[in-house]
Amino acid sequence: MRFWRRKKKSDEESEQQQEAAEAPAEEVAEAPVTTEVADLELTEEEVAEVQEQTQRATERTRRGWFSRLGGLFERADFGDELWDELEEILISADTGLETTELIVSTVRDRVRQDNIKRSDEVRELLREELVAVLEEPGHSVPRWAESDAPSPLVLIVVGVNGTGKTTSIAKMAHAFQRDGATVILGAADTFRAAAIDQLKLWGERVGARVVAHQHGADPGAVAFDSLSAAESAGGDIVIIDTAGRLHTKSNLMEELKKIYRVIQRKYPDAPHETLLVLDATTGQNGLSQARTFTEAVGITGIVLSKLDGTAKGGIAFSIAHQLQIPVRFIGTGERMDDLAPFDARQFVDALLS
Amino acid sequence: MFETLTDKLQGAFKKFGSRGVVKEEDLDQALREVRMAMLEADVNFKVVREFTSRVKERALGAEVLQSLTPAQQVIDIVREELVEILGGEQPQLATSAQPPTVIMVVGLQGSGKTTSIAKLANLLRREGNRPLLVACDVYRPAAVDQLVTLANQLDMPIHEEGTKSKPRDIAKNALEQAKKTNATHLLIDTAGRLHVDEDMMNEVADLRKMLHPSEVLFVADAMAGQDAVTAAKEFHDRVETTGLILTKMDGDARGGAALSIRSVTGVPVKFIGMGEKTDALELFHPERLAGRILGMGDMLTLIEKAKATMGEEDTDRLGDKLKRGTFDLQDFVDQLRSVRSMGPLGQLVQMLPGFNKIKMQLDVDEMDDSFFNQAEAIVLSMTPWERRHPDKIDGKRRKRIARGSGTSPQQVNQLLKQFFEAKKLAKSIGSGKFPAMPGMR
Repeated sequence: MRFWRRKKKSDEESEQQQEAAEAPAEEVAEAPVTTEVADLELTEEEVAEVQEQTQRATERTRRGWFSRLGGLFERADFGDELWDELEEILISADTGLETTELIVSTVRDRVRQDNIKRSDEVRELLREELVAVLEEPGHSVPRWAESDAPSPLVLIVVGVNGTGKTTSIAKMAHAFQRDGATVILGAADTFRAAAIDQLKLWGERVGARVVAHQHGADPGAVAFDSLSAAESAGGDIVIIDTAGRLHTKSNLMEELKKIYRVIQRKYPDAPHETLLVLDATTGQNGLSQARTFTEAVGITGIVLSKLDGTAKGGIAFSIAHQLQIPVRFIGTGERMDDLAPFDARQFVDALLS
Repeated sequence: MFETLTDKLQGAFKKFGSRGVVKEEDLDQALREVRMAMLEADVNFKVVREFTSRVKERALGAEVLQSLTPAQQVIDIVREELVEILGGEQPQLATSAQPPTVIMVVGLQGSGKTTSIAKLANLLRREGNRPLLVACDVYRPAAVDQLVTLANQLDMPIHEEGTKSKPRDIAKNALEQAKKTNATHLLIDTAGRLHVDEDMMNEVADLRKMLHPSEVLFVADAMAGQDAVTAAKEFHDRVETTGLILTKMDGDARGGAALSIRSVTGVPVKFIGMGEKTDALELFHPERLAGRILGMGDMLTLIEKAKATMGEEDTDRLGDKLKRGTFDLQDFVDQLRSVRSMGPLGQLVQMLPGFNKIKMQLDVDEMDDSFFNQAEAIVLSMTPWERRHPDKIDGKRRKRIARGSGTSPQQVNQLLKQFFEAKKLAKSIGSGKFPAMPGMR
């Protein structure tokens, strides 16, 4: 799977872009859409690769949880008991009460309305509904996958403590670099003991330059220097690691906002993406995290980490439904290439197969 | 925002009204609310199911006490049951007869093991022990550095061999060193691992067999969802965990996972992680977690904080006054002063029941002490007689007090109103009635 598509611009192209920027707004808005569509078409090989990765990641999940789902529709009648059981299965995946009730009632109503009797049809309805919920945020393409992505593209990674931010960043850097992008990592987690060392070690492994200051330094300054480094070294993507912070601590959220202000002094439209790393084992608090981080800095996507355990990451359904934030990546293990782009249909398929 | 469970139950019972015996249809309605509250708190659905059926059994037909409404009675039963599951008595750390006492800390990645180890070491040292830290996480990049940094911050001895040695050998050498240096406790930091990772689970099981630890503490994230029991059970089966550290409780997670883990594995919660600082580890109190899971706030922590700040004697004297209803404005201002010395107001407010409701309107960390300053100024502008007889403060006096404190008569009025409400609340607690929760109609 290609994570990075933009060809390095020749001078000519950048001139063209400048012209486009000066052109009326509608035209600018239209331009990327056409390129996006072209970009979205994956080769068969790529589809197979994502499928395989998703399958592998969700293998354990499938074994326990969805085998129950599979068995659920084998029964003769679709009475209250069945719906209660479906509700329980969804809740046990951390889907949350509200979203669970929505999914169950939608499927149940359709089954009753259309007088559906066959279990494979019910299953198909459920599958559709699950995909629909995940796709509620729409089909937008992440900025880094656009062929005319800004250069350097600035990506900030945020999250509460211990969700796997630094590891996810390393995997993303690896994937982007593999596809020919030059990645600069900004070690703006200057708080946690040895966080800088951890990112430096990863940087060495994936071959990405790491911009770092001392422990306890101003994270905004680190971010700023990372951008400067990208400018002078011709970096394509700057990924900024931030300290884990509980979303309830407003002083730490203010500190985060400050990083944004500093970055925007250099690039007013940056960061181009802000990813929230969410541990798949997280329960209903995940919604609170996503909501608060979005209010503070505007989350553009979720990285669902640690899906290689037995947790189902059902909170992603709630976040998609209630906050309209898409999942961008799933973390599927501890190796560098254990990161897959998220595809709702394949995710649900893998779970239901 | 979530309403508190109390509010919801009150609403559920209002339809049926009446005092007397708890009826089955009322109860079913109420238990649906309990179930929802617990699921929102991430208690495992199976645990919830067992729990509600047990409460139902106990509550059905129970005589409602004179002073309670049926809703309060049900909540009381729910709370009691919760506290019972979470463990009645204060859990202690086991020590070995032959020092050093070995404590292993295990868990999933990112649950907070390394930070918890540092906190635990700090706590043990404050109690007069000489702990030795051991860095056995040789897998996560820079995990050893993290523990070394924390050890340096705490000025605490540490045994580490970088990342080239095997955890088994590191632990063995650390044990030797502990004996040589007369360390009382050996705190082993292990790598975070998935409970389904066969090799890694074997490694930690092997470590346990070799070390014969007095405690194997499983670190669980308060934000963990339904799957928390799966991991906890697997760890318990493989390494026989003896206690639980529930981390990140300084956030807004309700921590229902702890209840699930406790009821599935029987392992008691021993400590609560309350922040990133090395002294942010607290002993576990079942009542508090019960209240939090039910969305009923953390009254008990608040009371305990008050006790620690005011000293037992003051608290008792105050309690007496509260009971007799002789609590006056002088006491009120004394109270305000001690509340102020208890810590940032925002942190205190979060412990109040019903807080969830107002949380969105209040930016708690931004809350400053201007409210205290104003209240204090108002009371200090009163004569001693007025402080003792707040009900005698008429319009003329109000005007004078407002002028003296640089406030308006409305603000004086508001403060008096708050005072009378606080007094009423205090009286109902003092007389043994179930406390009326603020915000309850």
